[in-house]
Amino acid sequence: MNSMPEMLTWIIPALPLAAFLMLLLLMRPLKIKSNLNGYVSIAATAMSFFFSTWLLVNIVQTAETKFIPGFSWLSLEGAIDIQVGLIVDSLTAIMLVVVTLISLLVQIYSLGYMHGSKSLNRYFAFISLFTMAMLGLVMADNLLIMFMFWEIVGLCSYQLIGFWFHRPPAARAARKAFFITRIGDFGFLAAILLIFNATGTFNISEVHSLAASGVIAGTTITWACLGIFMGAMGKSAQFPLHTWLPDAMEGPTPVSALIHAATMVAAGVFLVGRMYPLFEHSEAALTTVAVIGAITALFAGTIALAMNDIKKVLAYSTISQLGFMMIALGLGSVAIAIFHLFTHAFFKALLFMGAGSVNHSTGTFDMRKMGGLARPMPWTCATFVIGSLSLAGIWPMAGFFSKEEILLSAFNNHPLLFVLAIIAAFLTALYIFRAVFMTFGGQVQSRFKPHESGKVMVIPMSLLAILAISAGYFNATGGFLKLLGDDHTHSWIYGIFGVLGHPLAWASLLIAGSGIFLAYAIYQRRWISSRKIARRFGFFYTIVFHKYWIDELYEKYLGNKLLNSGLFNLFNKFDSKVVDGTVDDVARLNLNSSKILRLVQNGNLQTYAMAFMIGVAALALMVILVN
Amino acid sequence: MGILSIIIFLPVAGAILIALIPGLNARLTRYIAMLSTIVPFSLSLYLFGKYDRVLGGFQFEEFASWIPAINANYHIGVDGLSLTLIVLTTLLAFISILVSWKLNFRVRAFFAWLLVLQASIIGVFASLDLLLFFIFWEIEVIPMYFLIATWGSGRKEYSAMKYVLYTLFGSAFMMAGILALYLTTGTFSIPELYQTNLGEIASGILPLAAIFFLFIIGFAVKLPIFPLHTWLPDAHTDAPTAASIMLAGALIKMGGYGIFRVCLGLFPESAQEFAPLFLALAAVNIVYGGAITLRQTDIKRLIAYSSVSHMGFVLLGLFALNAVGLLGASLQLISHGLITGLLFATAGILMHNTHERHIRKLGGLARQMPVLAGIFFIGSIGAMGVPGTSGFIAEINVFLGAFSSKADAARVFTLISLTGILLAAAYMLTALLKVFFGSPKETFNHVHDVTRLEKLYCAIFILGIFAIGLYPKIITEILQPAIIALASLWGG
Repeated sequence: MNSMPEMLTWIIPALPLAAFLMLLLLMRPLKIKSNLNGYVSIAATAMSFFFSTWLLVNIVQTAETKFIPGFSWLSLEGAIDIQVGLIVDSLTAIMLVVVTLISLLVQIYSLGYMHGSKSLNRYFAFISLFTMAMLGLVMADNLLIMFMFWEIVGLCSYQLIGFWFHRPPAARAARKAFFITRIGDFGFLAAILLIFNATGTFNISEVHSLAASGVIAGTTITWACLGIFMGAMGKSAQFPLHTWLPDAMEGPTPVSALIHAATMVAAGVFLVGRMYPLFEHSEAALTTVAVIGAITALFAGTIALAMNDIKKVLAYSTISQLGFMMIALGLGSVAIAIFHLFTHAFFKALLFMGAGSVNHSTGTFDMRKMGGLARPMPWTCATFVIGSLSLAGIWPMAGFFSKEEILLSAFNNHPLLFVLAIIAAFLTALYIFRAVFMTFGGQVQSRFKPHESGKVMVIPMSLLAILAISAGYFNATGGFLKLLGDDHTHSWIYGIFGVLGHPLAWASLLIAGSGIFLAYAIYQRRWISSRKIARRFGFFYTIVFHKYWIDELYEKYLGNKLLNSGLFNLFNKFDSKVVDGTVDDVARLNLNSSKILRLVQNGNLQTYAMAFMIGVAALALMVILVN
Repeated sequence: MGILSIIIFLPVAGAILIALIPGLNARLTRYIAMLSTIVPFSLSLYLFGKYDRVLGGFQFEEFASWIPAINANYHIGVDGLSLTLIVLTTLLAFISILVSWKLNFRVRAFFAWLLVLQASIIGVFASLDLLLFFIFWEIEVIPMYFLIATWGSGRKEYSAMKYVLYTLFGSAFMMAGILALYLTTGTFSIPELYQTNLGEIASGILPLAAIFFLFIIGFAVKLPIFPLHTWLPDAHTDAPTAASIMLAGALIKMGGYGIFRVCLGLFPESAQEFAPLFLALAAVNIVYGGAITLRQTDIKRLIAYSSVSHMGFVLLGLFALNAVGLLGASLQLISHGLITGLLFATAGILMHNTHERHIRKLGGLARQMPVLAGIFFIGSIGAMGVPGTSGFIAEINVFLGAFSSKADAARVFTLISLTGILLAAAYMLTALLKVFFGSPKETFNHVHDVTRLEKLYCAIFILGIFAIGLYPKIITEILQPAIIALASLWGG
């Protein structure tokens, strides 16, 4: 294919931006409330997707990294110079395609899911702005500019989680999401300050080459990496900054699919991947990434087991899978992490759409109220099962190939991480098939009359189902990983079938299979009573059911008792009683001792003006005399 | 008479006209007031365009002998910073007139005082003679006293008197500083003082560091700096909306400007010596101020306290004593003027339409007042420093400058101050949540959303916030010469 003209690269983020501006400045004032809003943003995203794909094909053919210079955004002679430009490499191109494709499918799905909802204009406007910011984030060649898009992405997430702002839980969840991710951004920003101080530049490739040549080294790099990773932990909901993501499920389900499953939450993984040449120089930082990833993967997997809300199961699943990606990064492979990001984007977006479809039909997300939906909703059921198999890592689904790479890498490098990861993989299969059987198995509860969703929702789900099966084949010859720097090419037959020759593949399939079987035994056949298990492991169940009490710890104890009602209240009292009180006391003292002078304060403007003039004259006189 | 003088004195002429024409009706008063603000605004924009950014330095200077005996002169002129602040002030004055359009209590006096206030603030920014500077600095107290005490709410007399006493307290120190400087050098002229190396004058009547502190106490009251800040929440809260906008938007900027012009410009050695102290105070302003903001239950008082926190960023940037920090501080002066102006304007509309100012009693208003909710949201993201708004570009430069500062422990104070972005997110998002989100309340079912006039002036603020946030060069280029020149005192 012809190579895409460089200038056209700018059009990829510009199109959704144009859609946002058009929706906000043109269609909103005209009070257009129909699906027309959606068509505008869908058209823009579709074109962006087209250009992104073209760019990716070029990158695959030439395998070169291009830097497209832009313009000077802010400069102060000799002190600071911020140039906005684009990086176009394989990492960027893959992210562009993932973001535009998922965004496109989610918006089409939204036409059905959000049909008849008020404020469609606001909905599609913020989806467009989000898409623009996400594209800008993956293309930026400058840390500060990247941070700007990073925060705008978070702002759109805030707006969309709180889309139904009249519902108190949604409004609170939006605030929580923005605030907790901003704790991470505190670290990211501190790292930017540190890097600028040490290198005098924000340009990512310059920073990388300064690190390679040893100009910045040692603890500077470690602190910078830890700060950047703190930002990544916030956005990618890694323990202990994970608490916002489950609450974010209060947003409309298509938003969860786009932002809180496939793209924004993966931005943390992308960020570490982008800054990997810096992380490379710090063993401590890489170990932190891997350990946090492993803890998160396992920890979130346990909570997912106890959730009864299907979206919450998927939310904790996302946290857990992002943990897997972090393990890969910490073990030194950007390529494997991005590979899992790639496959995860498809099957997780699919699972969320499935949950949305079920909700569209039954009006609930509570799995205890569902059951037996397989028959009335065959497409939703089939695609959901495909997504679940992919998530559980069953051959020959996409998830199998990417998860296998992570497990293999852990197996070769770090036995403890491998054990944690394999337990997490078992939990994955168990919790997702628990959801499958609770939702689709068993009998329909009588109060519902479930029906299949319309084509506009089923088609995007079917397309994602195809990708949830096939996305792994992009690496059949090792080509996907090679694109990102790992170099082990082989024939496609070996890529797809040969992996089964490795005992590890059988081990992980066995683990996943037993997870599925256990779910089948408990939730489909009810050979084992789930209540009995809960009672038997009562202590553990209670902990998990309460999500390890982390929300209570943060909100009730740290946020409220320690800070808001504690320290901040103390500050407030100190300010009014001590700081201001002293002033009032001094004033009162003066007032009492100067009752005579009150005669001057008669409220007469002329008297004040006169006094003022006399004062000025006296000062002038004094100056003359002293001189 | 030069353009700069017209900008200063046209509002005064308007005020005199309003005060003297017998039986002037309210309608005509408003139009005279509007004319007396829109012309200076246009003229200041004209100067803004005309200022030679390559040449830099003081331009559009005007000089007339005033009190020859003491060598005090009517000497005015502007550099990039003071000119930008004048544009901000004239803009805010114009908007204040629009905000007060429907006021119907003692209309003539109100508008007359508002115009005098505007003139005195511009005078402060334009003065190149310290005595003249001081006179303008003092005049401002009178209109502000009457604006708060007559048209205010709550404990208005208390707050107004507190404001006056605090300012006079600070000015007394400043006057002493001006006299000490004059007795040492024999001049009030700021450009002349810039040429003199004060460090080489051996026989000053006071040590230079002492003069530095005399000045900075005066400016600290205005900015304000902890622990001299407690007048601010009272004055801002009890002032009428227009006065709150002028107070938070333009007036407290005089403090930051004074530090830039006098304390840093004339006493670079003292500034360097005491930089750690002021960086520490900046961190206190930001964190302590932000924490107290979170506890506020009155919407206006919340915005007022947030100013204490946000002015901490100005102080942090100034005492970074490098170009990036000074740029951040200057940007923050302008940005905060627009953002807080917008927030006070929306709070004014909110209180006027709902007759309620307690955050706990409000709630769910985004349904009944969607446009106002949108406007408040934009003000909030500005205050939180979200990228794309002027708040971000100002704060990021402050942080970058302060972190790279050579002062002791500058990095520690910067990191402490960095938690300000968390506090700002906490209090602004909580205000949004409690006032606008959640279930709508029946009591507010018949509340009106914003009118066309209100939309117009909010749009002006929003335009400014995003213009600077998205393309900061529109003001950084004019600020550059002044900042580079000042930063060169400490080696760039």
